[in-house]
Amino acid sequence: MAATNTVVRPGSTKRSTSRWAPTARKLTPYAFLSPTVIVMLVLMLIPVIMVIGYSFMDNVITNKNPVFVGIDNYVEVLNDPVFRTATGNTLFFTLVSVAAHLLLGLGFAMLLNSPLVGNVTKALFRVVYILPWLFTVAIIAVLWRLMLNPNGVINYILISLGLTDKGIEWLSSPETALLAVTFINIWAGYSFYMVTLLAGLQGVPADLYEAARVDGASAFQRFWNVTLPQLKPIIISMSVLDIIWTSQQFALIWMTTGGGPVNVTEMLSTYTYKLAFSRYEFSVASASAVLILLLTMVLAFFYVRHQKARD
Amino acid sequence: MTTFAQKQTSAVRNSPDGARRPLAQKPRRRPKERLAKVVIILLLLTGAAFAAFPILWMASSSFKPNTEIFAYPPQLITSTFSFDAYITILTDPTKVRFFINSYVVSLAVTALTLIVAILASYAFSRYEFKGKRPINMIIVSIQAVPPITLLIPFFGLMVVLGLYNTYQGLILTYLVFTLPYAIIMMTGYFNTLPKELDEAARMDGAGPLTVLWRILVPISIPGIVSVGVYTFMIAWNEYLFALTLTRTEDMRTVPIGIQLLMGQNSYQWNEMMAMSILGCIPVLILFLFFQRYFIGGMTAGAVKS
Repeated sequence: MAATNTVVRPGSTKRSTSRWAPTARKLTPYAFLSPTVIVMLVLMLIPVIMVIGYSFMDNVITNKNPVFVGIDNYVEVLNDPVFRTATGNTLFFTLVSVAAHLLLGLGFAMLLNSPLVGNVTKALFRVVYILPWLFTVAIIAVLWRLMLNPNGVINYILISLGLTDKGIEWLSSPETALLAVTFINIWAGYSFYMVTLLAGLQGVPADLYEAARVDGASAFQRFWNVTLPQLKPIIISMSVLDIIWTSQQFALIWMTTGGGPVNVTEMLSTYTYKLAFSRYEFSVASASAVLILLLTMVLAFFYVRHQKARD
Repeated sequence: MTTFAQKQTSAVRNSPDGARRPLAQKPRRRPKERLAKVVIILLLLTGAAFAAFPILWMASSSFKPNTEIFAYPPQLITSTFSFDAYITILTDPTKVRFFINSYVVSLAVTALTLIVAILASYAFSRYEFKGKRPINMIIVSIQAVPPITLLIPFFGLMVVLGLYNTYQGLILTYLVFTLPYAIIMMTGYFNTLPKELDEAARMDGAGPLTVLWRILVPISIPGIVSVGVYTFMIAWNEYLFALTLTRTEDMRTVPIGIQLLMGQNSYQWNEMMAMSILGCIPVLILFLFFQRYFIGGMTAGAVKS
């Protein structure tokens, strides 16, 4: 490397002054990004194009020569009553979970932010409250199957309290299964809100509370007029993310009820999975998968727009 | 563009707990405060029971013989306390293999994710280039792509590439889910480091790679640890693709292994619970050692992505 300006800066022998340097400098960021771009092209863009292609064909994967069938698969999916049930279930499961996550998370965060409790106590409780989040969904599913068993400990407690006289089949009776899986999901997911909202609460400027107190605001008024508006941006972005994640939940449903009994816990994810890997109707499953993608993209659009507004 | 986590930490530093309670008011509010404190402690305990009881029950069940899982009345600690379920699992090569698979896949995913993400984040943090905003937008929105949408083409792709039922197939798959988070978190971290640091090194003639590895990476260890921990967790916990892209028992990971214990005729509940405990140990250890980074990653990765 010819270094003509070494005289000016002794020791900088590596510095290139050739006329290629500006071009090289322009290309550097692309070089750094290239591994990411390659991974994302091969494993994201191509699969998405593939699944859209599949959804307009018939007999993909199982047959070597699939035929183009237009929107037939979409018509089939949208006319399937199970698809509609699954959409309704997913909506219920998602909205109830997200609302409960938010309420529990906010409640716990406010308890943990109380100035009346010592710091060590708070730290201890915080660890306990985070625990459910540290367990993978597969473990959570098996654990709750054990606890919600007709002879399990939850039914024992309910019987002891006189709330029921015999063990309830929480996960296998049509009346309770959807509520049961939603409850499990609530237990599994509130920690994430709690941790984030706690950080948010600690970031609310103390003088805002002081000002409100001087104005004679009650505790509830301070919460409603100071705390909530301050947390609003976090709450919105977390809720949108949680809606996206919860509506995609698969493992929990698959390992507790498998979508049953009689489809009462069938979600869009389990419905699509069954189409593909139990019935081997990969084309119809692809159409369903594309519909799910479209729904999610609408949500993601709002999320990105909200994030942009915050910047 | 400061990240959310930073704003929070700086805010936390400025307002230590209790700062909003002036000392002068303390005596006047005593009786009311004491009542409030009792209520808060009671609520905290109720919450703790809700959060922790299922986990205690899992631990307790893992020490029971399978015949006593549903014994009436239920007991947290029984006279038949034993480690048998753990011994059964740890001496069964098929089950030990689940753990080995999970470690191999998760560690490989973590290493690859960190390398690729550090390179990409360096470009995002330190360079202005054409297409920066669109590429960034794509990475943010990729996080929302439903796994179930990718599942069918991935299945087809892995079969065609000969990666079905292999470590490589799973590792590549998980990169798609870990990279966007990792890049966003890592870029946020790099953005907190002053640009003068690397500019000084550049002046002395160091190339961009040297600046990255010699200057930025060493002082970014806390950020790298939180990204690494988060990545490891995503890979360790993944279920859907592990279920679909592997076929034979010797390729299954822990989450699938637990499900395999739910046999056709009998459920080995105590073994399932023991395996669950063993399966969450790596994450628990990571959590205990890196709690601060962990929570930093949780809030940064999720809130400001």
